[in-house]
Amino acid sequence: MTDPVLSVENLSTHFFTRAGVVKAVDGVSFDLAKGEIMGLVGESGSGKTVTGFSLLGLVDAPGRIVAGSIKLNGTELTTLSEKALRARRGREISMIFQDPIATLNPMLTIGQQMRLAIDAHERLSARAAEARAADLLTQVGIPSASARLRAYPHEFSGGMRQRVAIAIALLHHPAVIVADEPTTALDVSIQAQILFQMRDLARETGTALIWISHDLAVVSSLASKLAVMYAGRIVEQGPTAKLLRDPRHPYTAGLIGSLPATAKPGVPLTQIPGTTPSLLSLPRGCPFAPRCDRSTKRCGTDPEMTLQDGRGWRCFHPVGQDTEVPA
Amino acid sequence: MSAFLTVDNVSRLFGPNLSTGEKIAAKLGAKVETRSVRAVSDVTLSVHKGETLGLVGESGCGKSTLGRVIAGILPPTSGTVAIDGAPVMENGSKITTRVQTVFQDPFASLDPRMKVGDTVAEGPIAHGLTNKSEAGRYVSKWFERVGLDPVWVDRYPHQFSGGQRQRIAIARALAMQPDVLICDEPVASLDVSIQAQIINLFLELTRDLKLTSVFISHDLSVVQHVSDRVAVMYLGRIVELGPVAQVFGTPAHPYTAALFGSVPKLVLDAEELVYFDTIEGEVPSPLAPPTGCYFHPRCPLSSEICSVTQPLIQPVSDLRAVACHHFKSQLADNVSH
Repeated sequence: MTDPVLSVENLSTHFFTRAGVVKAVDGVSFDLAKGEIMGLVGESGSGKTVTGFSLLGLVDAPGRIVAGSIKLNGTELTTLSEKALRARRGREISMIFQDPIATLNPMLTIGQQMRLAIDAHERLSARAAEARAADLLTQVGIPSASARLRAYPHEFSGGMRQRVAIAIALLHHPAVIVADEPTTALDVSIQAQILFQMRDLARETGTALIWISHDLAVVSSLASKLAVMYAGRIVEQGPTAKLLRDPRHPYTAGLIGSLPATAKPGVPLTQIPGTTPSLLSLPRGCPFAPRCDRSTKRCGTDPEMTLQDGRGWRCFHPVGQDTEVPA
Repeated sequence: MSAFLTVDNVSRLFGPNLSTGEKIAAKLGAKVETRSVRAVSDVTLSVHKGETLGLVGESGCGKSTLGRVIAGILPPTSGTVAIDGAPVMENGSKITTRVQTVFQDPFASLDPRMKVGDTVAEGPIAHGLTNKSEAGRYVSKWFERVGLDPVWVDRYPHQFSGGQRQRIAIARALAMQPDVLICDEPVASLDVSIQAQIINLFLELTRDLKLTSVFISHDLSVVQHVSDRVAVMYLGRIVELGPVAQVFGTPAHPYTAALFGSVPKLVLDAEELVYFDTIEGEVPSPLAPPTGCYFHPRCPLSSEICSVTQPLIQPVSDLRAVACHHFKSQLADNVSH
């Protein structure tokens, strides 16, 4: 296998608040190959967005990366200066945010904003820059692109704005794009169009994609592998179909079971009791243990990631396996 | 079975708020922008006692406006809503407590400065369902009913999680002892695991209290799970109506088919990633809807007649109705797929 474009090892991002230390991301590791799409799934507060922000070095005080390594094309990012990071952000790794209204500057035309993004990393003539911008808008499915370059964000619909944000992220053909719930605010018909396009774009350009989402169905139709986050850590990861068909971690199993799409109409859904724990006062050991019907005394200590057949889970009592993980 | 909740030919328009000066100017013949949006257009439907009707559609299709008109929160521009024959509104104000609403955002729908117990007790006291001395016991009963600990009545909304707040909102609605419950995206802002808890609570309560309900959601899988029948809306009109299994299984309207086709499915057994169908283009502006059938510019089945004549909603079978010139082709299409 070739070297991964992105390699994250034991990443921990903590927030030092007045109320205490919030371990938003706690020991996250994964690899991403060229052109690969990984889904990062979890509920609100599970740390998926902070993981994405950490990859781009966008974590602001009181938060900071306290441990771990992020290697992009072999370069360690966590020790880089802000200036060196800026030179990579947008060129080698870029991000698409959930809310395209907040991402785009309302005072500039789409063309001006795309020009700024190009100028940040390259010297191009006005004509070449415009051609590149129009070309990318066409690629993401915006009709009559060169005319639309002169339009302002408010003249676009939500779906079209998100396409513009995607086009901007693609301007420099980055090796990795982190997409943070980019279709959550959109209608299903528009979401389907964008998912479809992103999958093709990743395939064509070789850009690796991290798709952050709370929606298992969305990532299952897009990503070839999944990582499920709970309370700041990845509790299960592996190839999408395998992980969804045959989940090992009780939390993953619970998430799948609680989807109405997997149940018979009218029948009560499987529910995970309780709520996600506060990151300020995580239980000792496995953070899911208080909500887990498989938990035992042993879950008072934190399980390590068990790796097997290209997948992994952090649980002593995995679902669908008769034998528990040996002590 | 007879209709319990009836919505008869309801339309709701939203126009610009004109200032007095503008009104006078318009009277004198000046050009003042008076275009209005038909958020809900000629909707007729009925819900049987104890039935749950799902209302689905994309943003801006008018499903929330219709929900608010049925709940008596917004007066309709024309048409009537009645429960068991009695109108919900008279002269623009609500005259019944028999219909109550649970809203999408439990952060906005609860008064942050009011103890949650008082929030739940306010309506029943005002309408004589309980009195001040009995209110404590009355509220506790409803707290227990929705799975909340009654010792929490003295807390404020910020002390609760999203799921708990939605339970409080449900308790507030049910404490009015309604016959009809309107749920406007009640689980849209909740995490999946909490969403399942609220859906289960909804199923249990509507069954036990024999509630008639309208469940509004953009999430088709949620609607499919909780509803008996479903109405699909597009640009203010109902384009298809029928039993959930039939509408979801064999859609008669091309929009319904396209909408279901674009929902990402949980891919459980395919090693190869699936391709799902997508609808071309976007929902047109309701300020300037297309001529004829509103869906025709995006419709794979559209023909000449579709751009000229608006299709009326007509029965397909005893239980189903659809507004499409080519529903027979659509039904045949389903079979061939």
